[in-house]
Amino acid sequence: MVDLALGRREGREPTRAYRGHSPISRGLLYLAAFTVLGAIIIPVAYAVLGGFRDTPQLAADPAGLPDPWVFTNYLDVLGSGSFWQQVWNSTLIAGVTVALVLPAASLAAFVIARFEFRGREWIYTLFTLGLLFPVAVAILPLYVVVRQLDLINTPLGVVLPQVAFQLPLSIVILRPFFASIPRELEEAAILDGAGSLRFYWSVLLPLSRPVLSTIAVLAVVTSWNAFLLPLVVLTDSGGWTLPIGVTNYSTQYTTDTARVLAYTTLAMIPALLFYAVAERQIVRGLIAKGIKG
Amino acid sequence: MTAETVGATPRRKRKWPLLLAFLAPALVVYVVFVLYPIAQGIRYSLFDWNGLEPLTEFVGLENFGQAFGDKVFRGALGHNAIIVTLTLLLQLPVALFLAVLLDRDLRGRALMRLLFFAPYVLSEVVTAVVWRQIFRPDGLLDAGLSAATGTQVQGLWIADPSIVLYSVFFVVSWKYFGFHMILMLAGLQQIPDELEEAAAIDGANWWQTFRHITLPLLGPTVRVSVFLAIIGSLQLFDLVWVMTGGGPVDASNTMATYLIDWGFRRSQFGYASAVSVIIFGLSLVVALGYQRWVLSRDVDGALTVGGA
Repeated sequence: MVDLALGRREGREPTRAYRGHSPISRGLLYLAAFTVLGAIIIPVAYAVLGGFRDTPQLAADPAGLPDPWVFTNYLDVLGSGSFWQQVWNSTLIAGVTVALVLPAASLAAFVIARFEFRGREWIYTLFTLGLLFPVAVAILPLYVVVRQLDLINTPLGVVLPQVAFQLPLSIVILRPFFASIPRELEEAAILDGAGSLRFYWSVLLPLSRPVLSTIAVLAVVTSWNAFLLPLVVLTDSGGWTLPIGVTNYSTQYTTDTARVLAYTTLAMIPALLFYAVAERQIVRGLIAKGIKG
Repeated sequence: MTAETVGATPRRKRKWPLLLAFLAPALVVYVVFVLYPIAQGIRYSLFDWNGLEPLTEFVGLENFGQAFGDKVFRGALGHNAIIVTLTLLLQLPVALFLAVLLDRDLRGRALMRLLFFAPYVLSEVVTAVVWRQIFRPDGLLDAGLSAATGTQVQGLWIADPSIVLYSVFFVVSWKYFGFHMILMLAGLQQIPDELEEAAAIDGANWWQTFRHITLPLLGPTVRVSVFLAIIGSLQLFDLVWVMTGGGPVDASNTMATYLIDWGFRRSQFGYASAVSVIIFGLSLVVALGYQRWVLSRDVDGALTVGGA
């Protein structure tokens, strides 16, 4: 889809329009780029390295390097059951969210993209309306609904609302992709005796792998970073996800900066690793959001 | 968009159960957890309600009057407005500048793109916790500024009510400029090189080319970016809640932190629901207005159905 645009000029000759730049202005451009780069990297490096120091070291010289290197902060966190419990909770909730978003969104998008029926655009508009409402705005009544369904303090109490709020973007991304699959393929499938479900499962889904992976990745990132919904639904500390754990830890050890930094660093590693692996899907999905959002 | 079913008219009637079965999972979840809560929120906003007792004390629009009469809420609304304004005036231009930069033959730009965008993937919670440490008195920021200026700097970055909002804005920008940069980069790369080359052949300098060729062609992307930035700023919550809690003395409250404070800390569900109705009312007005007056020129139809 859009990702072919990214890096289109990679490795090409610089375009003529840009060639006449003086060394000075080139230097300024690099300077600007490196300033921003520093602003991005320094806070992250501070968190990572700060975890290897102790709080007196940090107080004496916030910008210094670990001297000596302290491993107890990280080891304490890695040795604590609650950290791993939170990793597991976050993983479980993200996993189930994706496992439900994919079939629900793709079936709905399939119907909306490839069938003519009365009320089709109406239903589509209804779904797109959801793009305007983040969880925060509906959180109070949402909390009441979750309570009425007796899902407080259960992973499902977070998963189901997340699935619902992830549907609009997913359907908006899927619809044009599904619609663009040639009709001849569907006719051929029907001639071979396939029904709609068979076509969906054996032709449409396999052809849509890239766009499905995009919506899956977006759902994982959103779920992994979610804060407010798990905060109000998961009141029992055994069910906490990582973001809740991080905030709690940072208030619990408010004076022990080094420990907080260690915990925070360990909490951000999964997201950064995931980004390293799935950068293309994330970027592609967000560009789609920008174009259709 | 119009890929009709292959089955012709006679078969279509029989399709209905199938269509419904396919739509059902998404529709049910969506209705139960999005549409119904929104409708309920509007209902709650008309009651004085603590979230537990039966919903009996109907107060009409009183909650709305109370919200707009509350200095703290008006302050929060103003803070959202300031964040929106600063985002449009500072964050987006920087994002555009960097996108233009990365669109060129800069060495290492693939790596830069990767790193500039990385904060977007971090959760707002993690971002807030790390920055709160950096902003501490005699923390990393103070130390860095002291070293750079040669004098002892001690800023109350998040403890001084007159500064805290700008610190929040800075961190919001830190996290989100990469997103806008990526959008604009994608927009830039769809502009054919030939146009810029032609302008250069005609003797246009870099700025003229940018001003008269690149920027107009990038218009649609910029407008989408502006739209997402406004909506995002109106609904800002996690980062502020964790970094400052809306304080000190309400100086960094946003509408959303005000809403959560009244809803969950003070159990005023009715009143807080009125606040949430105000937020989504504003979002809806901005979205519809923006689409009607600004975006429709670009896409002509492609977005009209798209709602948001």
